[in-house]
Amino acid sequence: MARKLIIDGQEIEADDNITLLQACEQAGAEVPRFCYHERLSVAGNCRMCLVEWVGAPKLQASCSLQVKDIFPNKDGTPARINTNSPIVKKGREGVMEFLLINHPLDCPICDQGGECDLQDEAMGYGRAAFDRFRENKRAVDNKYMGPLIKTVMTRCIQCTRCVRFATEVAGVPELGATGRGEDVEITTYLEKAFASELSGNVVDLCPVGALTSRPYAFNARPWELRKTESIDVMDAQGCNIRVDTRGREVMRVLPRTNDDVNEEWISDKTRHARDGLLRQRLDKPYVKKGGKFVAVSWPEAFAAIAARVAATTPEKMAAIAGDLCAAEEIKALKDLMTALGVANIDCRQDGAKLAAAPRAGYLFNSTIPGIDAADAILLIGTNPRWEAPVLNARIRKAWLNGNPRIANVGVAHDLTYPVEQLGERADVLEAIASGSHPFAQVLKDAKRPMLILGPGAIARADGAAVLKLAAKIAAETGMIGPAGTAEEGGWNGFNVLSTAASRVAALDLGFVPDAGGRDVAGILDGASKGEIEFVYLLGADEIDTKKLGSAFVIYQGTHGDAGAHRADVILPGAAYTEKSGLYANFEGRVQLAERAAFPPGEAKEDWAILRALSEVLGKRLPYDNVDAVRHAIVAAAPHFATRDAAPRHPGADPAIWNAVGTEGAVGAAPLASPITDFYLTNPIARASETMAECSRLFVSGAAKLAAE
Amino acid sequence: MSLRRLAPDEMQPQSFAFNAQNEARVAREIAKYPAGRQASAVIAMLWIGQEQEGWVTKPMIEAIAARLSMPFIRVLEVASFYTMFNLIPVGEHLVQVCTTTPCWLRGSDDVVAACKKHIAEKPGEISPDGKFSWMEVECLGACVNAPMLQIGKDFYEDLDGPKTEALLEAVRSGETPKPGPQNGRRSSEPMGGPVALKEVQ
Repeated sequence: MARKLIIDGQEIEADDNITLLQACEQAGAEVPRFCYHERLSVAGNCRMCLVEWVGAPKLQASCSLQVKDIFPNKDGTPARINTNSPIVKKGREGVMEFLLINHPLDCPICDQGGECDLQDEAMGYGRAAFDRFRENKRAVDNKYMGPLIKTVMTRCIQCTRCVRFATEVAGVPELGATGRGEDVEITTYLEKAFASELSGNVVDLCPVGALTSRPYAFNARPWELRKTESIDVMDAQGCNIRVDTRGREVMRVLPRTNDDVNEEWISDKTRHARDGLLRQRLDKPYVKKGGKFVAVSWPEAFAAIAARVAATTPEKMAAIAGDLCAAEEIKALKDLMTALGVANIDCRQDGAKLAAAPRAGYLFNSTIPGIDAADAILLIGTNPRWEAPVLNARIRKAWLNGNPRIANVGVAHDLTYPVEQLGERADVLEAIASGSHPFAQVLKDAKRPMLILGPGAIARADGAAVLKLAAKIAAETGMIGPAGTAEEGGWNGFNVLSTAASRVAALDLGFVPDAGGRDVAGILDGASKGEIEFVYLLGADEIDTKKLGSAFVIYQGTHGDAGAHRADVILPGAAYTEKSGLYANFEGRVQLAERAAFPPGEAKEDWAILRALSEVLGKRLPYDNVDAVRHAIVAAAPHFATRDAAPRHPGADPAIWNAVGTEGAVGAAPLASPITDFYLTNPIARASETMAECSRLFVSGAAKLAAE
Repeated sequence: MSLRRLAPDEMQPQSFAFNAQNEARVAREIAKYPAGRQASAVIAMLWIGQEQEGWVTKPMIEAIAARLSMPFIRVLEVASFYTMFNLIPVGEHLVQVCTTTPCWLRGSDDVVAACKKHIAEKPGEISPDGKFSWMEVECLGACVNAPMLQIGKDFYEDLDGPKTEALLEAVRSGETPKPGPQNGRRSSEPMGGPVALKEVQ
């Protein structure tokens, strides 16, 4: 149902189920607000969104007045709403006056200054020359909320956005408002750290400077920063981020709104691993001489590589692509290795038994918005809370809104929503696939069932067999529905949750062993036996470098992490903020990250390093600029031409689903997520002091941090 | 009203459990609410807990939260919101003196002075013998018998300074003075018999 409203003289048709505030926005009116947030429940306690309903005795808080409650005038004409009449201005000025009674005048030393809702609205509704409150302002003790959130609670206006976020979105109800009246204080229970992977988002939500980013405290002013749109690589969700830089330094990372990917949340790792971009960086090419790294020029480093390439044969060479690579360098490395005749290439550092075809066999086919429509979810060997925290919040949202049945096969974790634990081992999947398990019927009865296959299920020796079982379950329980998106009535419930940002792009580009080639385990095995003499690591740090044996190792990457320590030649590359790159997230959604800063020292963009190396090796790659690389990518994988859209489900085709996984026996080991520490999953995060502190506090729990 | 926070750790007891009798009351309270809405019993449970212990302790908050499947902070929010919950230890007899306008006009200052003299200088402090603590409270709804105070669950009304002192001394010596007006009148009837409608018997 919709009804007519006249908002600021303009007649609009507003849906019954929205609030008056949303209707006003649809009519183009700007309504100030502090407590209202479109992704949180309505609290209606700041009273800033007052509007006039002509005929009503008082101003109305538009955020908590639903359109269906607005009745037309007696003569049948639509209700008239004014958002900018003198009485509205006066009412909002009154509210602002109350808010400012106790708000300190410390904007010059407040980190929120310049991007503060209260500051902005005070420009419109503050009555500075009319101060009638001579009493002392209230003072509130600052609260400890962990290493990421700095609190100055005197500035708090009790909007309770943070409390609602913690309770509703993060699912970690640790924040609350204690006391009453003037003594209301926002706090965690006994001032424990706010233990959520999404805790940093409360800083964005806070409309004033009460909750600010602790690592970023007093670092920069918003107007000094250059803002660049980018894509996160800390997990494979491809969260849309904005990278704020000053000079060459990345000062902070903030989320960008994209309802199809991350709504407006990002994880703490995405937000706060940024200090890892400054530490442990590789800024010069190095060659190991006599057991020590010696800084050399680029041509010398290339010459050292060329000498080794000349001294070996293609079957004794191998290349491994890491988790943070953009599509450009994966394509360049793949082309270089193809030109050299090397078949031993792999992008699956964790050993996931995913094949490069069919494409639907390694994607999150339901798409992220599709989760909202799911009514039965089977998690297999995954801990989404650590593997993709924002995705986990999305599943929680689906659970809050629609109450889908959620079950888990694998090691159980606290995922912030109730999960039926079906068992830890893969034999449960056999029972579900054969229909003998009761949950098989739940999936069959569901309109939109889905399964999420995590790395704990496929990154193991019997991964291909587990993958096959999952594909069988998908086929048996009707997860593979008609073509198209969920909105169009299509459905595909088969989902693989990758954790490496580079994974989908690398599989799209076929960065897997060619016929007869070795995979990561085979390469390491060969290297330790001396059968592989030359290994090219493109940012690959998550492998057991001890197994590289006596092989000649080239590490091209950004950080002095595991790979660089073992390397014989180090080629300094660019981190994700320092290059323009394409990333395909686990849905297969291709997104472009812009360059926000330049790489340090002599480091270069990775595809350009490979292009330069190819020339020295006599196998010149046919591209001279990044556009040419992208043309080559699109030629190899045409879907890279379409950006910012998840691939469309093509419909149930047995030929596709029969090709997913291979038949085999499954082992008895529990399906356990390989991530043991959320905060330290990649070289950038491992170089970050902030992440190390979070890890100590939330994961190992060893250090007790004193409250400030 | 001042900041209401949990008492410092050194004051907190190690554990809390409802005794058998209160356990039955708690079960009755929880059963009042439909499945999934047990959290509605939180105020009743805090109240029963306070009756048992005299004040609301940290282990009590945590035990109640666990019992009702609530986060700790939710129970703390409730306990810190309602001033009827004592977040610090109180004496054996808790004396609550009404100082709202009607009682104040009728001489609650004298009642407060008596409490200061016989219990402790500051509200919230426990008397040296541990028998009493006193606090100022807002209107208790007995304005017709102002000034008044509440000891435990009993109202003592129509007080003045000396009467309050006598009352406190009586309670201290273990007596339970008769609750209600302390100046001889019955409930809120006029002193010295009816003054209106005398012909109606």
